[in-house]
Amino acid sequence: MNSRDVVAALREFLPERAILHAEEDTRPYECDGLTAYRQLPMVVALPETVEQVQRILKACSALKVPVVPRGAGTGLSGGALPPDDGVLLSMAKFMRALRIDPLARVAVVQPGVRNAVVSELAAPYGLYYAPDPSSQIACTIGGNVSENSGGVHCLKYGLTLHNVLGVRGFTIDGEPIELGGEAPDAPGYDLLALTIGSEGMLMVVTEVTLKLLPKPQCARVIMASFDDVEKAGAAVADVIAAGIVPAGLEMMDRPATHAVEQFVHAGYDLQAAAILLCESDGTSEEVDDEIARMKAVLERAGATRMTVSRDEAERLRFWSGRKAAFPAVGRISPDYYCMDGTIPRKRLGEVLTFIAAMEQKYQLRCPNVFHAGDGNLHPLILFDANDTDQLHRTEQFAAEVLEKCVEVGGTITGEHGVGVEKINQMCVQFGARELALFRAVKHAFDPHGLLNPGKAIPTLARCSEYGGMRVHGGKLPHAELPRF
Amino acid sequence: MIESLQERIRDAASRRSALRLRGGGSKDFYGNAPRGEILDTRGHAGIVDYEPTELVVTARCGTPLSELENLLERNRQCLPFEPPHFAASATLGGCVAAGLSGPRRASAGALRDFVLGVKLIDGRGEALSFGGQVMKNVAGYDVSRLIAGSLGTLGLIAEVSLKLAPTPPEEITLQLEAPQARALELMNRWAGQPLPVSATAWHGDELMVRLSGAEPAVRAAAAAIGGESIDNAFWEGVREHADGFFAGDEPLWRLSLPSTSPPLALEGRQLIEWNGGLRWLKSKMPAHAVRETLHRAKGYATLFRAADKSAGCFAPPGPVLERLQRQLKSAFDPAGIFNPGRLHAER
Repeated sequence: MNSRDVVAALREFLPERAILHAEEDTRPYECDGLTAYRQLPMVVALPETVEQVQRILKACSALKVPVVPRGAGTGLSGGALPPDDGVLLSMAKFMRALRIDPLARVAVVQPGVRNAVVSELAAPYGLYYAPDPSSQIACTIGGNVSENSGGVHCLKYGLTLHNVLGVRGFTIDGEPIELGGEAPDAPGYDLLALTIGSEGMLMVVTEVTLKLLPKPQCARVIMASFDDVEKAGAAVADVIAAGIVPAGLEMMDRPATHAVEQFVHAGYDLQAAAILLCESDGTSEEVDDEIARMKAVLERAGATRMTVSRDEAERLRFWSGRKAAFPAVGRISPDYYCMDGTIPRKRLGEVLTFIAAMEQKYQLRCPNVFHAGDGNLHPLILFDANDTDQLHRTEQFAAEVLEKCVEVGGTITGEHGVGVEKINQMCVQFGARELALFRAVKHAFDPHGLLNPGKAIPTLARCSEYGGMRVHGGKLPHAELPRF
Repeated sequence: MIESLQERIRDAASRRSALRLRGGGSKDFYGNAPRGEILDTRGHAGIVDYEPTELVVTARCGTPLSELENLLERNRQCLPFEPPHFAASATLGGCVAAGLSGPRRASAGALRDFVLGVKLIDGRGEALSFGGQVMKNVAGYDVSRLIAGSLGTLGLIAEVSLKLAPTPPEEITLQLEAPQARALELMNRWAGQPLPVSATAWHGDELMVRLSGAEPAVRAAAAAIGGESIDNAFWEGVREHADGFFAGDEPLWRLSLPSTSPPLALEGRQLIEWNGGLRWLKSKMPAHAVRETLHRAKGYATLFRAADKSAGCFAPPGPVLERLQRQLKSAFDPAGIFNPGRLHAER
């Protein structure tokens, strides 16, 4: 199918301004937040109504043309990398909040609404939307649903999955479907759980019902210093063991705090080998009680210094460094590669030691920031993309770290998604039978494989090629064993 | 043990012979009438991994639910969704397959929210592993949560990993007098405020509310809410359907609807939970009348316990969802051997 035929089909029902196909217009859509992968889309469609979305899907499925949905394009795994032989379906014009119901504590929004906007709209009612990915000022709810986005408060408040009550949208054939809703426990299979985090491969979402929570009365954060990274890791486990579920529990190592401190002056202890940010929220009684318990645990775990935020301004300042970690690292290196593995908390020390060894092996620096409470690591490998050897070493470094995450019982991606970036590592995480079942699930929704093809779920051929390559390099442990 | 389960399943698949997956049989009454040769899962039992500092437990399907909960209790942890047992014989596998949550659901989340991973034997007898033991995991489709509540129709849940929570240090139950409409409003108002409410229920013009959390927070909230203190055991009676409300021969309906829906005009008695999102109905009303009322309220009516289930246990899905569910079923269970008809009507 060539571009002219697709454009002609779309012109039947879309206004001219909603179809982009000249290179200067489609260029801005060539990548998402993972800029290492670029591809010019054949056509970009910018529908403005739900009916237009439905007709685009019907037209594309009739023509057997691939469709890739896109929100704000902030994703970090190439999940919205466009098709060179299909339509990039931008949901950017779906920016309306349709309904806020303070008594029922729900917000019904279109998918192009930005994450942070939901909490702004809910604030007058003392409510907010809990998931807060670091890109929350730009990323959209539709994208959050596709990726099952997290944030720094997941341990206590969950992921997107735990905070979405229902979605409406269309199958690739343009058939309307509604999953979940305000009534709990819809009968039948939980297709809502299956769809959230499916990287836009099962359906196109046009409306999302979100759960709003009461805004905690107050929040305070402890900044604790440790003279040893492993001690900081052990302190994380001790906090949980004490029966505390902190609202946020984040860790940064010394290279990360140094990079950040030059950038935002958050007041971090630059002598510390690692710092923990440990937050409590709730009523003032709860917070006072919990902060006292957390301090006692951290003290016993060997914290060398502790500061508790005295007011909201100081709390936000402590967090500002953590939230600015990626851009701060971006300033000290021409490029950085962000990983997203999750590991059981008890293996934290071991994995950090492994990463330090990889820094030596590949002669690349790697500051670490991570969601320590839920074991989600974001090691940032610093490199220069203009140096092909560095790029190559970076990729090898990242692959080894992700494989280590799988080996210790974790996963290759905690919140950024597989997309195109980690599709090879899916072959390490899953065996051939699981991958076959994923493909069968995809087939149930999208028999011709038109919706976001080539993402998230690798083909068997791709895996055997990757497995062969990795085994040749002697890197993949026990590739022949089934992983049950 | 897992091999012998796989063997049984392969054999049944080759003969296209129905298997009825069953643990302790505590939920035999739930869903459409089970049929097929019983495949007892209780031999595949035991805790596989539990480290309290990880807030995760992994156990095999045949593990008695009470044994698991006792172990967690000794470590001051719990299953946050407070699952009903319905009999001492309840197993973990049956609990996850039924997907039912208890009184804490409105504040803590549903069973499926706490499923982190499953090991599953599909309809080909293949042992498959999805998800894992970590809190955040977006690799591949979320099959482990799809399995929760699938009533054993997609596969045999051999092993499951669940996220846990610390047991709240303090818990009290308060009782206030309130007619239904007022009670619904109060429950929803409280849920929108930063109060440690962990369960609500209404029946017979009495509103019950449970507060759980740190002692000072519970004390402060109790003073704000008022009412008189009653035994926390009330919630177990509601969860296990041992409360007097559930006695009697009338069919028991489980009505799920938006929590702020006004009182439903239905014959019979009602007990409300989950801030109004779950309403139990004891009534002899015809099934179509109950289902029509719930359809108008944007909810679902499930015939939970009844001698006659000819009206179907679950509200039927629309044609598109019906097709998607059928195709998913055949992706997992191509020969259609697992619990046929238990969740969806057979075609």
